[in-house]
Amino acid sequence: MFRNLTIAFVLGLTAAPLAGLPALAQDAPLRIEITDGVVEPMSIALPAFFGDAEIAGKIRAVVADDLTGTGLFREIPAEAQIARPDSFAEAVAYEDWRAIDAQVLVTAEVARSGEGISVRFRLFDVFAGQPQGDGMQFDARAADWRRAAHKIADQIYTRLTGEAPYFDSRVAFVQETGPKNARIKRIGVMDYDGANILWMTDSSSLVLAPRFSPDGRSLLYTSFDSGFPQIRVMDVATVASRPLTQGGDSMAFAPRYSPDGRWVVYSLEQGGNTDIWLMDAATGAQRPLTDAPSIETSPSFSPDGRRVVFESDRSGTPQLYIVGIEGGEPSRISFGEGRYGTPAWSPKGDLIAYTRQVGERFHIGVMRTDGSGEKNLTESFLDEGPSWAPNGRVVMFTRVTPGGSGQPRLHSVDITGRNMRPLDLDFAASDPSWGPLMP
Amino acid sequence: MNVWTKLVSAACLLTVAACARPEPPQQVFDPYASTGTGALYQGDLAGGTLGGEASAQYFDTQIGNTVLFPAGQTTLTAEARAILARQAGWLGQHPNFSAVVQGHAEETGTREYNLALGARRASAVQEYLIAQGVAAPRIRTLSFGKERPAETCSDEACYAQNRRVVTVVSDSGAGS
Repeated sequence: MFRNLTIAFVLGLTAAPLAGLPALAQDAPLRIEITDGVVEPMSIALPAFFGDAEIAGKIRAVVADDLTGTGLFREIPAEAQIARPDSFAEAVAYEDWRAIDAQVLVTAEVARSGEGISVRFRLFDVFAGQPQGDGMQFDARAADWRRAAHKIADQIYTRLTGEAPYFDSRVAFVQETGPKNARIKRIGVMDYDGANILWMTDSSSLVLAPRFSPDGRSLLYTSFDSGFPQIRVMDVATVASRPLTQGGDSMAFAPRYSPDGRWVVYSLEQGGNTDIWLMDAATGAQRPLTDAPSIETSPSFSPDGRRVVFESDRSGTPQLYIVGIEGGEPSRISFGEGRYGTPAWSPKGDLIAYTRQVGERFHIGVMRTDGSGEKNLTESFLDEGPSWAPNGRVVMFTRVTPGGSGQPRLHSVDITGRNMRPLDLDFAASDPSWGPLMP
Repeated sequence: MNVWTKLVSAACLLTVAACARPEPPQQVFDPYASTGTGALYQGDLAGGTLGGEASAQYFDTQIGNTVLFPAGQTTLTAEARAILARQAGWLGQHPNFSAVVQGHAEETGTREYNLALGARRASAVQEYLIAQGVAAPRIRTLSFGKERPAETCSDEACYAQNRRVVTVVSDSGAGS
């Protein structure tokens, strides 16, 4: 998919060549923190981008949606803007932007040449009266204009929050159609915001829970195509797939890659008992990570690849445990009321997100990796299966409405629990897997 | 296996009629209970003398293909064991049939845990059928977790029907 993309970080509008991320402005840069406290969104002005009007308008809208979608930014409407410049090169009239309380100003210009576009942008700290970081230029195929927009929004987000970017990423999911007792499921991949949907499987067999590889090039998923649940691996670009586990009399499901892509950790059921197993993705060699008569499932690697968090009912109810990849005695980290499941270790390493059921209500929650700092982020009839954004500050999950006509919908929420929102899709979907930031 | 399940099993093996009711009887009186193997039917049932009995439809509707579980449980209730004894009896009479035992769970609970839970339920049924004399190679297990509910409402009335194991028989053409 992104094999043909040529988005390039190139020298922007300053004299110094860029290597990776640009230097932030000196002194104390403008900064909005993602914290527990009530946050007043930062006001941001995105006056119409210059250049090719049609594509510039579309790019501007995506940048605005990305930023305001975080809940951290409030866009100043165009009607309120009194200082709209006449060209990208024109000096910024800071006082006019201060007058309308714009804390941040973004200006941009889109140039089109044949099948390619170049997008240049600048970010300004209005009250400090200076640029925040260097201007930058992104070159892309015109067809990839959304990615150029996400890259710009990622730059702005990163410079203003200090967090890693995540907008230029994709999500694998399961589309659900048909009645609740005969659901038809197929796997799709889309941009994180629901655009550019690609279908990966047809509806001929039941498929569950796709999981992106760390490089975003392949998907693990559980398929009933042999009649019995087994794990398959699919090349995202070619949609070619092959079985990773071989049936026999056992069932394999709940796969996840290690951060280096070398291992697959998954659940293997034998004779009714489910344990966690580790497979060398290249050779297929397997060994058990747990060996208990209880149910062990939903494993997820730590970012350093040394530990695995999983769900087990060895204590009588499902709880979260961590075990080293050399095996040994797992240590329990969840001790609250109710049942805990589907742990997902944040790529940032600081938190574990999970599904928690208390009474008849479900929550998506996060806790630190030692089990402290537990916090419910959501509550509903059925919330399930958080998957982390590549920057570890947002999770996407499935929310199911009750009843015979109940449907699953994808939602996202940030780690403060404040910014919960449904994904804008015109179909029912479940089991999101958030892929890596694209190169 | 306790005495109660032995009685039910023997009764079903002996007389199909006793098992033909949609609702299982609360008690089964077995006049042959103390006569050793005398309760084993050795006749020509599979040959078609009793018409549709050698069919998956008969098994589903007359023997009973489904057993239910209490919330979160994977152990067989007395009622479940009674139904499974009838299933074992029918499988004993129809050796050319094999079975796929499909475990299910209600929608509360995560997808992956419920897959494992359904597998455990299916395994409990498989073990019981084997203990009742069905050859192990004739029974495979499978879990659908919460993917294929029998009833779709979101309260206990439906959940109770969805916490189930369904025995699906098919004519494998290979007598044993």
